Amino acid sequence: MALSLLTPMFKVERDEELCIQCKVCMRQCVNGVHWYDEEEDRMRCDHKKCVGCHRCVVLCPTGALTVKKYPLEFRENAHWTLDYIRSIYLQAETGGILLTGMGNDRPYPVYWDHMVLNASQVTNPSIDPLREPMELKTYLGRKPKAVEIKNGKLAEKLPPQLELDVPIMFSAMSFGSISLNAVKSLAQAARETGTFFNTGEGGLHRDLYEYGANTIVQVASGRFGVDPDYLKAGAGIEIKIGQGAKPGIGGHLPGEKVGPEVSATRMIPLGSDAISPAPHHDIYSIEDLRQLIFSLKEATNYEKPVGVKIAAVHNVAAIASGIARAGADFVAIDGFRGGTGAAPLRTRDNVGIPIEFALAAVDERLRREGIRNEVSIVVGGSIRNSADVVKAIALGADAVYIGTAALIALGCHLCQKCNTGKCNWGIATQDPYLVKRLNPEIGARRAANLIRAWAHEIKELLGGMGINAIESLRGNRLMLRGIGLNEKELSILGIKAAGE
Amino acid sequence: MKKVYVREEYCIGCHLCEVYCVMAHSRYPHDLLKAFKKGDPLPLPRLWVEEKGPLTFAFQCRHCEEPHCVSACITGALQKDTTTGVVTCEQERCVGCWTCVLACTYGAIRRDTKNGKMVKCDLCSNWGEPPACVYYCPNEALIFVERGE
Ligand code: SF4
Ligand code: SF4
Ligand code: SF4
Repeated sequence: MALSLLTPMFKVERDEELCIQCKVCMRQCVNGVHWYDEEEDRMRCDHKKCVGCHRCVVLCPTGALTVKKYPLEFRENAHWTLDYIRSIYLQAETGGILLTGMGNDRPYPVYWDHMVLNASQVTNPSIDPLREPMELKTYLGRKPKAVEIKNGKLAEKLPPQLELDVPIMFSAMSFGSISLNAVKSLAQAARETGTFFNTGEGGLHRDLYEYGANTIVQVASGRFGVDPDYLKAGAGIEIKIGQGAKPGIGGHLPGEKVGPEVSATRMIPLGSDAISPAPHHDIYSIEDLRQLIFSLKEATNYEKPVGVKIAAVHNVAAIASGIARAGADFVAIDGFRGGTGAAPLRTRDNVGIPIEFALAAVDERLRREGIRNEVSIVVGGSIRNSADVVKAIALGADAVYIGTAALIALGCHLCQKCNTGKCNWGIATQDPYLVKRLNPEIGARRAANLIRAWAHEIKELLGGMGINAIESLRGNRLMLRGIGLNEKELSILGIKAAGE
Repeated sequence: MKKVYVREEYCIGCHLCEVYCVMAHSRYPHDLLKAFKKGDPLPLPRLWVEEKGPLTFAFQCRHCEEPHCVSACITGALQKDTTTGVVTCEQERCVGCWTCVLACTYGAIRRDTKNGKMVKCDLCSNWGEPPACVYYCPNEALIFVERGE
């Protein structure tokens, strides 16, 4: 067998003084890095197989393990970095497309980190959220231009809305791309915190119908798992056109992951590949999209908001405007940092635009066209903390989607191996031995804690600005200032520079 | 009485319960490192993990209402504590005849052949509550609850 030229990515170091040979690391690493050498009576390891998921490090009862970047330096070269050299070795071996999981990890600018928030001083009082009420309630859906009140009541019924206690939802992650225990964790957390999880294109497992009131059901190009019960089960429907990690590309869930449960939920034969085409084969124009939106509304009695999810791409503002005019109740935009269960590496890292620009451009365009009230904006694909949420809302978002952050709360260590199906944390896998590692009771508790913690922080930030309702921050770009941005970037974001 | 139950759907087969059971019954019941590094000879774990494919679960003494092991014990070393309900063995009186091993319908008693004594779960009566295995189970697969069986 010809020698592989790939060198290890990580070095697993075991402090022999601390190791008690309990073999926990060996049992936990599905990549087979650790083993017990009986003759030597000690643990040994194969660094080459390590993916840096930290499962062994976290589970080792004596803290004997550390995982480091493999200390092997190529001759310094600003152009040919480690990743590019490794990719070539790998492709020279396999002749295949490079696949990966999670989101774009390249060092593009993070515009959230180039925006700072305002606070009240002297001339307007700040508010202490512990003493005064603070409102985060958010409604997603089409709003009328004006409301007419007759006898103290709304004269006309409002279009259907999704009611969120916090402006944060769990983004679309299908059962198939993640485990049932992961979906259950998010569903339960959504219910506890008064928000929504999204089925992705995975259908709704029978155990999850009870979470219907906190579910957004997705209809994507493969139409997996879609039937009348499914559409009626959710509180809202989302048509997925694209996702930030792989705009313009469909999906492929390999047959090995289509076990009995996935097969029943997606309504496809056992062990068959689940292929989502790149486009919807019945949508080639905004008019076609309108038809699907209204078919879904018709099928659900016009009782549920129907949204459309797209990836942030170059002319996103015009596309979003078309989507609003096609009758969507919300438009979800996924930035180029958005995660995925599997995507071609070059697509993930080179296609799409930052969500901050996309959001600013869409909000601006819809306002200018006088149709901002007709559609809610949800953004995802890069939200890392509560400050990102606040900045997104100040830029014009109604709510945000979190995917990667939610998975990190469940234990994900961002090793980016989701596509292999061998997630040591029981998240991006269908292997029953691994799926058990995520106890949904613990998962739900952790995901709900994250939402609650962020909600507290959002209230703190709002209070500091002297604002007592998230509504008053929405699109309030005066609360933002740019740092280290050029004129063009400031103008696209529609914000002033710090000091202005 | 409160007992240890395993929810096998969340048992990940890490064997950490065994590791901490050993610690709790060693000369250093609260220091894992010393228990293993200086505890020689190490006590046997009082529970163990059964595994077959993805099915894994930890298992130990059920502290039965009418324990066969107690009636079978030829020296009276095994007793069911009338207040706590814990089935315990007075080690000094155990002669290593293994009658209890044969009598236990669950196979929950182990032979410590080095010392010629039987070992079994004592629900960590001298360690604390919840028992070590439950306290350290990383996935909350082991729980210590009253089920009123
Ligand atoms: S888990 Fe830690 S203590 Fe146990 S064998 Fe591995 S390195 Fe050693
Ligand atoms: S792959 Fe994960 S579990 Fe295995 S050795 Fe590396 S960090 Fe540890
Ligand atoms: S309760 Fe204590 S003695 Fe019984 S198995 Fe668990 S750790 Fe061992």
